Amino acid sequence: MLYSEIVMDHFMNPRNVGTLDDADGIGEVGNAKCGDIMRIYLKIDNDTITDVKFETFGCGSAIASSSMATEMIKGKPLADALTLTNKAVAEALDGLPAHKLHCSVLAEEAIKDAIKNYYDTHNIEYDPAQFKESGHSHEH
Amino acid sequence: MKVYADNAATTKMSRSAIDAMLPYMEEVFGNPSSLYTIGQEAAEAVYKAREKFAKALGCTVNEIYFTSGGSEADNQAIRSAAEIGAKRNKKHIISTTFEHHAVLHTLDKLQTEGFDITYLDVHENGLVTAEQVAEAIRPDTCLVTIMYANNEIGTVQPIREIGALCREKKITFHTDAVQAIGHIPVNVKEDNIDMLSLSAHKFHGPKGVGVLYVRKGVYISNLIQGGAQERGKRGGTENVPGIMGAAAAIEEAVKNLGENSEKLLKLRERLIDGLLEIPHSVLNGDRNSRLPGNVNICFEGIEGESLLLLLDAKGISASSGSACTSGSLDPSHVLLAIGRPHEIAHGSLRLSLSEENTEEEIEYIVSEVPKVVYYLRNMSPVWRDLQEGKKDYVIQ
Ligand SMILES: Cc1ncc(COP(=O)(O)O)c(C=O)c1O
Ligand SMILES: [Zn+2]
Repeated sequence: MLYSEIVMDHFMNPRNVGTLDDADGIGEVGNAKCGDIMRIYLKIDNDTITDVKFETFGCGSAIASSSMATEMIKGKPLADALTLTNKAVAEALDGLPAHKLHCSVLAEEAIKDAIKNYYDTHNIEYDPAQFKESGHSHEH
Repeated sequence: MKVYADNAATTKMSRSAIDAMLPYMEEVFGNPSSLYTIGQEAAEAVYKAREKFAKALGCTVNEIYFTSGGSEADNQAIRSAAEIGAKRNKKHIISTTFEHHAVLHTLDKLQTEGFDITYLDVHENGLVTAEQVAEAIRPDTCLVTIMYANNEIGTVQPIREIGALCREKKITFHTDAVQAIGHIPVNVKEDNIDMLSLSAHKFHGPKGVGVLYVRKGVYISNLIQGGAQERGKRGGTENVPGIMGAAAAIEEAVKNLGENSEKLLKLRERLIDGLLEIPHSVLNGDRNSRLPGNVNICFEGIEGESLLLLLDAKGISASSGSACTSGSLDPSHVLLAIGRPHEIAHGSLRLSLSEENTEEEIEYIVSEVPKVVYYLRNMSPVWRDLQEGKKDYVIQ
């Protein structure tokens, strides 16, 4: 099989799909041209992610990594969420095929983008070096 | 329900093709080049198989060369024409933008060797015209290679007219007929074809067996050097069981072609009508000049690989031109060639039918695909933006 059982589980039964009307931060990465887009909605209270939802246009790997990544940051402090790497997401999924790894980088980047959006919209100071430009073009 | 709807990728072998192969593995396993009885019996069997292909294509036995498949036949045909062309200082080749990679990558290679390639536009309907070919012909054109029917969108090209034009201009004409043979009537003489490639696994024969037809008098050179097999033009001990299976398959396919295509057309039309009821969907490729079993549709706002995985979970085997299914970063070159933008090409679904598909299966597909499309649209940020008017629909 192309994908592990965990990937298939998260793809077939994705966790945290949807939107948050009162989101504190919204992030989006990818573009339809390259075939994967992930948008993430965060509810933040006291520097902690109290709720998270995602919407993804993309392949099985992109949807599964979106689902897994949201599970990994839900209820966590922002500082922890900022250290989430796509490698950790891929490992939690029991690995992804090599040519599919690029589809999973979206999760890490979308989360960072949403946190940055939260800081920006709430006038919170931060170190911009945390959000170094990634390979994916941002489209807001 | 299990529905196999990816017959353009490969087909299930027919019972008669399997039965035709077995004796050549168990009993008549001799090498056709050997002198003793089971060798000579194998040689005779290969000759009979050659006769069956000659009959199916409308040519003579000496115009049939067995190969390891469609890719090899394409490579050999194009390489041969290029080789003789180069000797005559003719290094221009005409093809189309949506050929199979066996053709396109061979042409890429020739380009690095100093050939000039003209790729004809296939328009939004996925068709080229003989007029386009006529306009592209130059004094140094050595080959025109245009596929009979496209493997993704099923469009059937005006091969007879293009062939007549090339014959008149004395330019070698090759056609990759891998998707056409056994599915629509093809006759190399009436269609004015100089070289034709076919592959047995596309019409219920075995994988790894193909044919290159080369009209008598047209030059070919070896891709594989070796013994005297295939009149010295293709070295290697013949794949006798494979050739026997292929011959049985072509005989059966041609015999049932009329009946099968009538049945397929009905199924195809019902499937297209059923799927186009999904809003913001579009058929890829001309609806009429089309293989009887091919359906290819783009659904706006979703990505093809996730569509395929969800259909697979429902027992439906299909294919898509999305980048993520090909492992590359770009979606299908065929869909881009007919002008579909990237984001639309990612959301394509190809269903290719065979005569073994039933009306019940078609109804099952028509009922399941919309559920999957709506489900994926519901989690798609692209679809949300379209629905909220933040972006314009590409497919109305
Ligand atoms: C149009 C076309 N040409 C060539 C090929 C290659 O044939 P084969 O798989 O026998 O090498 C295929 C099938 O994949 C095809 O669809
Ligand atoms: Zn992907």
